[in-house]
Amino acid sequence: MTLSGTAVPHAAGFIVNETPRIVTSRFDDPQGYAIERYLATGGYEGLKAALATSPDAVHAEVRDATVLGRGGAGFPAGVKWGFMPKDVWPRYLVVNGDESEPGTYKDRLLMERDPHQLIEGCLIACYAVGLSQCFLYIRGEMALAQERVAKALNDAYAAGFVGKNILGTDFSVDIVLHWGAGAYVVGEETALIESLEGNRGMPRLKPPFFPAAIGLYGQPTIVNNVETLANLPWILNNGAAAYKQIGTETSPGTRMVAVSGHVKRPGVYEILNGVTTFRQLLFDDQYCGGMRDGRTLKAFVPGGGSAPWFLPDQLDLPFEGSQIGPQGSMLGSGAVMVMDDTTDIPQAAHSLTRFYAHESCGKCVPCREGGTWLERILGRIVDGHGTKRDLALLLEVGRSICPGDFPHAASERLGLSAVPFPYQMTTICFVGPSAFAPVHSALTLFPEEFAARVSEDEPIPSGTSVPVVLKGVSVGD
Amino acid sequence: MSRLTSANEIIANEIIARYPRPKSALIPLLHLAQEQDGYVAEDAMEHLAELVGVTPAEVLGTCSFYEMFKLHPVGTYVINVCGTMSCQLLGADELIHHAEERLGIRVGDTTSDGLFTLERAECQAACTEAPCLQVNYRHEYRVTPDDFDALVDTLAAGGGDVPPHGTLSRVRQHIPANRSVGAVPPEQVTGPPPWLPSAEEST
Amino acid sequence: MTDTPVTITLNGETVECRPGELLIAAAQRAGTYVPRFCYHERMKPVGMCRMCLVDVDMGRGPGLQPSCMVSVAEGMVVDTESDRVKQVQEGVLELLLANHPLDCPVCDKGGECPLQDQTMAYGPGESRFIEEKRHYEKPIAISDLVYLDRERCILCDRCTRFAKDVAGDPLIHFLDRGNETQVNTFPDHPFSSYFSGNTVQICPVGALTAEPYRFKARPWDLEENESTSTVDATGSRVALQSSRNQLVRVLGVDSDAVNWGWLSDKERFGYEATQSDHRLVEPLFRSETEFVPGRWNDAVSRIARDLDGKRVGVLGGARLPIEGQFAWSKLLDTLPNRAYRDAQLDDGLPAGVVLGLPRASIADACAKGGVVVIIGPDLKEELPTLFLRLRHAATEDGVSILELTPRATSLGTHAALSLHPLAGTVGQVAAAIAAGTSSQAVGGVEPAQIEAAAALLASGRPITIIGGRGNLAESGQYTADAIGSLMAAHPDATFLPALRRGNIHGALELGFTPGFAPGGVLDHDDVLDASAILEAAAAGELDTLVLLGSDPIVDHPDRALVERAFDRVGNVVAVDLFMTESCRRSDLVVPAAGFGEVDGSFLNLEGRLSPLQAKVTPPGQARPDWMIAVEIAMSAMTDLGFIDLDELRRSLSSSVQSFSAIDWSMLNSQDDGQRIDLDRPWTPEFADPLVAPPVDGYGLRLVVDRKLWDLGTMVQHAPSLAHLAGEASLGLSTSDFERLGVEEGGVVSIDVAGATHRLAVRRNRDLPRGAAQIPFRLTGFDPGVLLTADRLVTEIRVSAN
Repeated sequence: MTLSGTAVPHAAGFIVNETPRIVTSRFDDPQGYAIERYLATGGYEGLKAALATSPDAVHAEVRDATVLGRGGAGFPAGVKWGFMPKDVWPRYLVVNGDESEPGTYKDRLLMERDPHQLIEGCLIACYAVGLSQCFLYIRGEMALAQERVAKALNDAYAAGFVGKNILGTDFSVDIVLHWGAGAYVVGEETALIESLEGNRGMPRLKPPFFPAAIGLYGQPTIVNNVETLANLPWILNNGAAAYKQIGTETSPGTRMVAVSGHVKRPGVYEILNGVTTFRQLLFDDQYCGGMRDGRTLKAFVPGGGSAPWFLPDQLDLPFEGSQIGPQGSMLGSGAVMVMDDTTDIPQAAHSLTRFYAHESCGKCVPCREGGTWLERILGRIVDGHGTKRDLALLLEVGRSICPGDFPHAASERLGLSAVPFPYQMTTICFVGPSAFAPVHSALTLFPEEFAARVSEDEPIPSGTSVPVVLKGVSVGD
Repeated sequence: MSRLTSANEIIANEIIARYPRPKSALIPLLHLAQEQDGYVAEDAMEHLAELVGVTPAEVLGTCSFYEMFKLHPVGTYVINVCGTMSCQLLGADELIHHAEERLGIRVGDTTSDGLFTLERAECQAACTEAPCLQVNYRHEYRVTPDDFDALVDTLAAGGGDVPPHGTLSRVRQHIPANRSVGAVPPEQVTGPPPWLPSAEEST
Repeated sequence: MTDTPVTITLNGETVECRPGELLIAAAQRAGTYVPRFCYHERMKPVGMCRMCLVDVDMGRGPGLQPSCMVSVAEGMVVDTESDRVKQVQEGVLELLLANHPLDCPVCDKGGECPLQDQTMAYGPGESRFIEEKRHYEKPIAISDLVYLDRERCILCDRCTRFAKDVAGDPLIHFLDRGNETQVNTFPDHPFSSYFSGNTVQICPVGALTAEPYRFKARPWDLEENESTSTVDATGSRVALQSSRNQLVRVLGVDSDAVNWGWLSDKERFGYEATQSDHRLVEPLFRSETEFVPGRWNDAVSRIARDLDGKRVGVLGGARLPIEGQFAWSKLLDTLPNRAYRDAQLDDGLPAGVVLGLPRASIADACAKGGVVVIIGPDLKEELPTLFLRLRHAATEDGVSILELTPRATSLGTHAALSLHPLAGTVGQVAAAIAAGTSSQAVGGVEPAQIEAAAALLASGRPITIIGGRGNLAESGQYTADAIGSLMAAHPDATFLPALRRGNIHGALELGFTPGFAPGGVLDHDDVLDASAILEAAAAGELDTLVLLGSDPIVDHPDRALVERAFDRVGNVVAVDLFMTESCRRSDLVVPAAGFGEVDGSFLNLEGRLSPLQAKVTPPGQARPDWMIAVEIAMSAMTDLGFIDLDELRRSLSSSVQSFSAIDWSMLNSQDDGQRIDLDRPWTPEFADPLVAPPVDGYGLRLVVDRKLWDLGTMVQHAPSLAHLAGEASLGLSTSDFERLGVEEGGVVSIDVAGATHRLAVRRNRDLPRGAAQIPFRLTGFDPGVLLTADRLVTEIRVSAN
C-alpha cells in the first residue's frame, strides 16, 4: 500500500508478458502519459497518417482491421460506424470511459497511463466518419484518470492536435472531458447518452434508440469503448493487414484482460485475441502462474460480473466470443475472476447480485423489484436463514427477469451439458439479468453448497394475497 | 449551504458553453458545487437550475441518481471500501469490519470530528489489487488492516496529499479560445463538417 | 411515410394496421387488449413497466418485445397469449405487488384500479414476497390539490412524463435510484401546475389523489354521464360523476378534436362551485337595504313588466347554454323596443372579427408543419387546454409559433419568434409584417424582427391566426387591426378566436353582441356595446339593466363607468348562480341552474357544438335559463314557440341558419360534437389601423391581463381553488426595474390621470421595456381603477416613492 494522491505506483496491476503490445506499449514508462514521451514514441503519427488520406480510406482501414468493441458487446467498430444514416448532421463521438463492470480494469489504466493514445484514437474516429464533437466520459470515481486526461487534453490543444484546424488542416474537433458521478448502469451506451445530456442515467429502449441513428441530442452518435479507440493509432501506423496478423481472423489483435481473485499473480494482461486460452492465462508463468497457496480452481467468471460462470471444464476455451457463447457464457469486458476451493460460493454470488441490485437504475420493473428481491433472498440464505423454498423462489424470480432456459456451462461432475448464450429478458438492459446470472450459475453448478445452507420450509405467512375489491370501471387508461 | 460563488459561476458558464445543450453540463456543475461546499446544497441546486434552464426538481432528479453526490455534509475524507467479488474473495468484509472498529463508526456514518465518512462501495476497477479502497476517489491497493490504520493516521495528521471531499480532478480542462471549435445546438448544424467530401462526391 | 396499410399476424389472425402505428395500439383497434401500466396513448411510450411484452417474430423466431415501443411492420407475427407472455405478465405483476402496500380497501382507487384489475385478470393472486416492504410517509401533499402516496406508486412515469412533456411543468420528478426510486418535488417547490389533476386521472394506481375527491365516494357508487366543460371557451369534453345527487368528480374525456382527455385544474375542480352552499336557491327581491325571498311567479311577472315597453340593456349571456341563449334572444326580440345586449364586457374582440373570418379548428391550428400567429393573451392563463394542444403542436409536430403578444407568454419558449409590441402598436406592427418590411422599429419591435416574422408567414405553410384580448388596458380595436392586416396579406389564413368566457361563442352566434342578429346576421342598427350600454345607463337613458350571469361591477375593466351606471339605472334584474357584487346591487335576483344541472349544448371556439348533460338536480328553485325565459314570455302572454327542449332546438335549427344542419339526436353520442355552419354571406371589413398616441417618454404602457386563478366567481366558490388566487403586483421589465432602482417586492407609486396608487413591484422577464403589467382580479389591488373604457391605451408613471 502507498498513500496515493498523485504518487500511484507505476502501472499498478499491469504485468508484461510475451504478447505483442498494441495498446500497452508505454505502460512501463513511468512518464508514458506525458505528451513529450508520447511524441517521442511515435505519438500522433497515426493521426498524421489519417489526415494524409481520405476519411473514407481511414474508415475502410478500421473496418478491414475488424476491431471488435472492447466494451462488452464485441461488435466491430468499423461496421458500427457505418450504421449512421447518411446526410444527418451533426454526428457525435462519445467515448465510454465509465468502466465499472465488476472485475474489469483496463480502460482506467489506458486513461491513466497513455491518455494521448486515447485522444489520438478519438481524433482518428472523428476524422473518418465526420464526427464534429467528441465527449470523453470518464467514470466519476477515477480522479487520477481525470487528472491525466485533463492534462493530456490541455497539452494536446496547446500543441495543435485537438481543436480548430488540427495540424493546419480543415479537420476541426473539440474533445470535451466529462465525468460521471457514480452509476454503473451509465456504462450502457444509451444510459451514457442520457447521462451526458444531464439526465438520470437510465437506458433508452433499442429500438428505436440505436445511438448510431438516434443518439446524443437525437443525432447520430458513435459510442466507443476506451480500449477500442486506443487500438486505432496502431492500426493507422501499421495497417489493418498487420493488425490481422495478430490474434485470429474473427478476433484480430490483442485484448486487455484483468485477472483477479485467487491466482498467484493477479494482474492486467494484454493477450492474443481469440488465441490465448483461459488455462494459459490462469496457469502459465508469463501470466497468472496458477492458483495461490497451492489451492485448486473451483470456478471462474470469464467475462466480468455479468457473465455466467465457468468451471475447470472450460479452461481450454480461447478468448473467442464465437466459442464462448455456445458454452454458456460471454467474454464481456475482459475480466476474469477466479475462485479457488476455499470459496464460499453462495457468498461470492451474493457479492455480485448485491452489486447489480444496488446498481439497478429503477426504470423497468423486473430489474428494480426482481434484482432487489433476489439479493434479499440470497442474503438470507448466506446468513443461514434461508429455507428450501427459497432456492426454488430464486429461480422463479429470476425467470421473471429472464424467462426460459438461462445459459450455463457444462459440468462433467454434475452431468450437465451447456445451455448456450444469450438469454431472453424482460428488462430493458442487461443489469437485471446480470443480477440473476451469478445466482443461477452458483445454484446450477454448486447445488450442494446451497442445500447445506438452508433449512426445512416454514408455513407461508398469511396476509400476502391481493384484497378483492368490487370492481368498477378502470380509470387511468 | 450556498449558491455558486461568482468565481465558480464563471467556471460554470465556461463549462456550459462547451455543450450543444446547457443541461449536458449538469453533472460537471454538480461536481463543481460539491467541490465548493463538500456536498450539494439545495441553494446550489436552485442556482444550477437557473444556469442550465431547468427546474430544481430536474436538478435533484439527476443529482440524486448518482452515488457520488452527497445531499448532506460528509467527512473531509470519504473512505470507500470496495466489497464486490474480487475484493470480497480477498478479505473485503474483514477490512470493512476493521475500518468500522478503527473509526468507531458504522458504514454510512461520519466520525464526530467530521474527518472521515466510511462507505461500502461497489467495484472500483482495481480488482487485481484487492482488497482496495478509495479516499475521496483516489485508490489504495491491497489494503491490510495495518495499512488501513496507517492511512487513517496519516490523513488525520494532515498528510496524504488528498484534497478534501468534493474535489476530483485537480486539473481542469481548459480550451483556449483560439483553439476552440465551439459547441452549437444540433439544429443549427445543416451540413457535414468541412473536412468531409460533400455528400454528392461521397455517394 | 406512405399510407399503405401494414399487415401483421396477430394471434393467428391477419390484421391491417396503420403504417408506423405502435403494436399495442394496433392490437387494441383489432380487439386485442394488451395489459399495460406505463403506456398512455397521448404520451410518448417509455417501455418501463414491461407489462405489455409480447412475442414478436420478424422471421428470426419469436422474441419478447414491449408492444408499446415497437411499430408494426409488414409480415410481423405477434403472439400476445403465448405461455411465455403469460408467464411474463404474471411475473411482472408479482414484482409490482412485491412492494405495493395492498391497502386497496382504504384506497380511493380501489374498484377502478388498473393494477387491481390486471392482477385479477393476469396476476398470480398471491405474493411470495415476505420481506419488509418499502415504507414512506403517506400521503404527502405535493401541491394544494394533489396528494402522493409513494408506497402505492409503481413508478410508471405517467405523471412525471405528463408534467414534463405535456404540461411543460417538470416540478415532479423521479428521485433517487433503483429500488429506492421515488417520485417527488424539490423541497418547497410544490407541483403547482395548472394541469396537476391530469396526473391523478392517469395514475394507474392510487398513488396520486386529488384533494377534492379524497374519500368522497367509491367507484361502484358513482353515476356518470358525458358533458362539456363550460369553464372556458375550449369546450373540453368531460365525464361528470355524481354520488347521491352530488357532483363528486369531473374527468377528462378523450376527444380527438378538442382536449385529448386533458383538463385544466379549473375545468376539473371548478365543479365544486356548483355544490357551493352560497348558491342562490330562491328569487330575492330588494326591499330597502336588504333582499327578501319571494315567490317564483312574482319574480317572473315582475321581470316581464320590467322588460315590456322599457328601454332595456342586457349584459352577459356567455354563462348560458345554447338553449338558454336562444330562448333569451327570442324573448328579447319580442319586446317592442330594441333590447341592446352584449356578452362581452369590453374585454373581448369586435364580434365581426370573430363571426366573420374563416374559422380554424384546433386540429387545423395544430396540424403538422403549420404556422400559428398568436395575437392576444397567454393561453395558459385563459384557455389552458388549448395551450396544451398548441404546446404539443410546437414541440412535437413542427408547428412554428409567432407571438405578437403584450408579453412573452407560456408558449414563448416554444415560439419560433416572440414579438411584444407596446400597447397600442400591435396593429402597426402587424401592418409592417404584412408589408414585409419596416424602415424603423415599431412599438419596440425591430425591423429585423418584423422581416423575420414576414418571412415566416411567407414560407407558404398554412397559417392560423389565434386572436384574443391580451391586454384589458388597450382597446380591442388594435388586436382587430392586427388580425385584419395579416388576413389581408394572407387571405388563405384561418382564424381561431381566443375569447375566454365559457359559452361566449354561443352568445355571439345568438346575437348577444352589437351589430349582429342570431346566426351572424348583420344588423347595422344594433350599435350599443357593453360600455355604451353602461354609458346609456349612466346617462339615465336605460330603464332596465338585465344581467345574464354577468358581474360587471368586478368584471368590466372600467370601474368608474360601472359605478356611474349602477348609481343611475332605475332597475337591475340579475339571473345568476351566486350573489355576486353586481347581484348585490340589483333589484331582483333570480336563481338559475348551473353546470351539471341542465341539459343543453355548448359552442366552443371552433364553432363545435357539444352536449351539456344534467347529472344532479339544481338547488332550491333554481331553473334552467331557457325555462326562465319561457316563463317570462308566458307571463307576458307571449308565445316563444317552444315549451320544451326539443321544440326549442327545432325552432333554433329552423330560424338560425348556422344551426340548420345540426343533428340534435346525435348530440349526446359524439365525442367530437358537430361543427355549426360558419359560412357567412359577408366578410368582415377592416378600417385603416388605429394609430396609437405617441409613447410618453416618462410613462409606461400598462398591460392588464388575466391569471387562471383569480377572484372570479367560480374560482372563489370552489373551496379547493379559492385560495389559489395570487396577490396583485406591478411587473416591470428588467431594464425598467433596474432603472427604477427598487427592491423586489418594494412598494412604488403609480400615477395615472392625476391619481396616485401604491403597489408592490416585481421584476418580470417576460415584459418588453416600456411596459408595466398588473394582473386583473387578483387580491390586494384592482387595476380597474386605472382604466377607462374610452381610453385607447393606458399610460402610467411609476416612481420609487
